[in-house]
Amino acid sequence: MDTVIETADLRRRYQGFEAVRGIDLTVARGELFALLGTNGAGKTSTLELLEGQAAPAAGTVRVLGRDPYRERAAVRPRIGVMLQEGGFPTELTVVETVRMWAGCTSGARPVDEALELVRLVERGKVRVKQLSGGERRRLDLALALLGRPEVLFLDEPTTGLDAQSRRDTWELIRQLKEQGTTVLLTTHYLEEAEQLADRLAIMHQAAIATSGRVADVVAERPSQISFELPPGRRLGELPPLAPLGVTCYEEAGRTVRMETGDLQHTATGLLLWAREENVSLRGLDARSATLEEAFMHIAKDLEAAR
Amino acid sequence: MTATTPTIRAPRPTDAVGRLAALGRAELTLLLRSKASMFTALALPVTMAFAMRGMVKSLDLGGTGLSVATVLLPGALAMALFFAVYTNLVGVYVLRREGLVLKRLRTGEVRDWEVLAGGALPAVLLALVQCVLLIAGLTAALDAPAPAAPHLVALGLLTGVALLVAGAALTAAFTRTAESAQLTFLPFMLVTMAGSGLFLPRELLPGTAGQVGAWLPFSPVMDLLRGGWTGGLSAVDQGRLTLFALMWTGAAVFAVYRWFRWEPRN
Repeated sequence: MDTVIETADLRRRYQGFEAVRGIDLTVARGELFALLGTNGAGKTSTLELLEGQAAPAAGTVRVLGRDPYRERAAVRPRIGVMLQEGGFPTELTVVETVRMWAGCTSGARPVDEALELVRLVERGKVRVKQLSGGERRRLDLALALLGRPEVLFLDEPTTGLDAQSRRDTWELIRQLKEQGTTVLLTTHYLEEAEQLADRLAIMHQAAIATSGRVADVVAERPSQISFELPPGRRLGELPPLAPLGVTCYEEAGRTVRMETGDLQHTATGLLLWAREENVSLRGLDARSATLEEAFMHIAKDLEAAR
Repeated sequence: MTATTPTIRAPRPTDAVGRLAALGRAELTLLLRSKASMFTALALPVTMAFAMRGMVKSLDLGGTGLSVATVLLPGALAMALFFAVYTNLVGVYVLRREGLVLKRLRTGEVRDWEVLAGGALPAVLLALVQCVLLIAGLTAALDAPAPAAPHLVALGLLTGVALLVAGAALTAAFTRTAESAQLTFLPFMLVTMAGSGLFLPRELLPGTAGQVGAWLPFSPVMDLLRGGWTGGLSAVDQGRLTLFALMWTGAAVFAVYRWFRWEPRN
C-alpha cells in the first residue's frame, strides 16, 4: 500500500510546553483519516507539522515521501490546506480572492469551477467582509481544492456551517476521496468522523489515546442493554449474568442497566429467559457503543489517570 | 457539489514572477479601495513640499552648494517614499498579519519573501509614479534645474525603496495591532526627517548633529538624491553611499528574517 503521510515519534514544543508528544501516524493513499480530540488536545499543532508550517522539535514527518517543512517547495504544489482559522483580505471580492490564490497555485482550477465546488458562484462579486462565517469556510475550502491536491489537510472544515452546507461538504469530501485524494481532517463532530473516516485517532493531552478503524475504536467499548424488571421479579431471578457476558450492571429503581462485550450473546440469553418465564421486558434497549461513548470514555479515563 | 475527475497530473508549476504578480494585483486592488492610504500616499508629500517651501527659503544656504529647489525636490521625493511605501506598508503588513492573511498565504506555494514583496509591489509602484510626477510638477513650479546626474536620482529612489520596504516589515514586526501601526511608523520617520536632512540640510544642523545624522539609515539615500541634482558626488562617494544604504537594508532584511511574526500573538 502506498503510504502518503507517515510520522514517527513526532514532537512539538512551545516554550517548555509539549504540544505534541510522540505521534506515530500512517495514512495510505486515498484514505480518509480523522483526528479527533478535545480542545487543546494537540490536533492543530499536529496538523501544522504535517502541513510543513513548523519544524518538529523531534521525530520525523513525511508527506508524499518528503519532509514537508524542509522540502516545502516540492510538497506544497501537491497538497491543499484549510486552516482552522485562515484570513483573507476583507476588501477583496470572492472572485478576486480565488484569482489571487490561483496565481500562486500550480495547475489551478478555473475560478468558476472552484466556486462551483463549494456553491459560491452567485457570491462571486461579494466582498469577503460581507460573507457569513459559513461562506468564508467554504471559500477557504475552495482555495484548498484549487490545485487539485493529492493530499488534503482540513482543520475543522465544517465548524460554523449550517446543516445543509455540512452535508454538502461531506458529499464533496466523499467525491474527492473517490477520486483518490488522501484526506486528513480534524473535527469536533463525532458524527462527521463516523460518516467520513476510514480510520481515526483520538488525541488527548498531546498524544494519541487510541486509533484504528471507526468500528474497531467503537468495539473497544462495551455495548449496553437496559430494561425494566418485570413486576414481582428480582434481579437475582435472572440467569447468572457472568456466563451471559455481562461485565457490569446496575439497578436504579426498577431499571436494570448492563454492559457487555458481546451484545448478541447477552441479548439472546436475556430474551430466551424472558420467553421461558413469559414476562415482558418493558423499555428494552440494546445497542452497540457509539463513537461518542468511546470518545468520552477516553477523555474521562485519561483525566482520572492524571 | 460536484468535483470533476482529475486529469493526468502535469500542471505547469508556478514561478516567482507569476506569484508576485498575483499578490501584487490583489494588493493593488486593496490599495485603490483604501481612501485613507491613497490620500496619505498622494496628498501628503505634495502638501509637505509646499509647506516647507517658506522654511527652506528662509535658510541661509550659502556655502552648502544647495538652492531652494535642490533642497525641496529631494525632500519631497523622500516624503513620497516615506508616506507611500513606509507608512503605508507598516499598516498593510500588520493588518494582513492580524487578519491571518499572512498565515493563510504561507500554507500555499508562495515563499515567505514573496508574501512581503508581493504586498509591497503596488505601494512601490505608486511611490515611483508619484516621484516622477513630483519631479515634473516641482521643477515647473520652482523653476528648478533638471537633475545634473539623473542616474543618482534613480539610484537614490531604488535604494530608498529597498530600505523602506525592509524597514516597514521590521517596524511591523514590533507592532502589535493595526491601531498601534498608526503610531509605530513615527519614530523612524521623525528621526529621519530631523537627522537625515529631509528638508533641513545636515550641513546646517547644530554641533555634531550633522555628523551623527550622516550615519542614519536614510542619510545615504538623501545624499544620493541631492547629488542627483547638484551633480557634486565623486564616483567614490557614490559607491560609498550606495554601499552604506545597502548595508542598512541588509541589516533590516536580516532583522526581518529573525524577528518578523507571521501570526498575531495569542
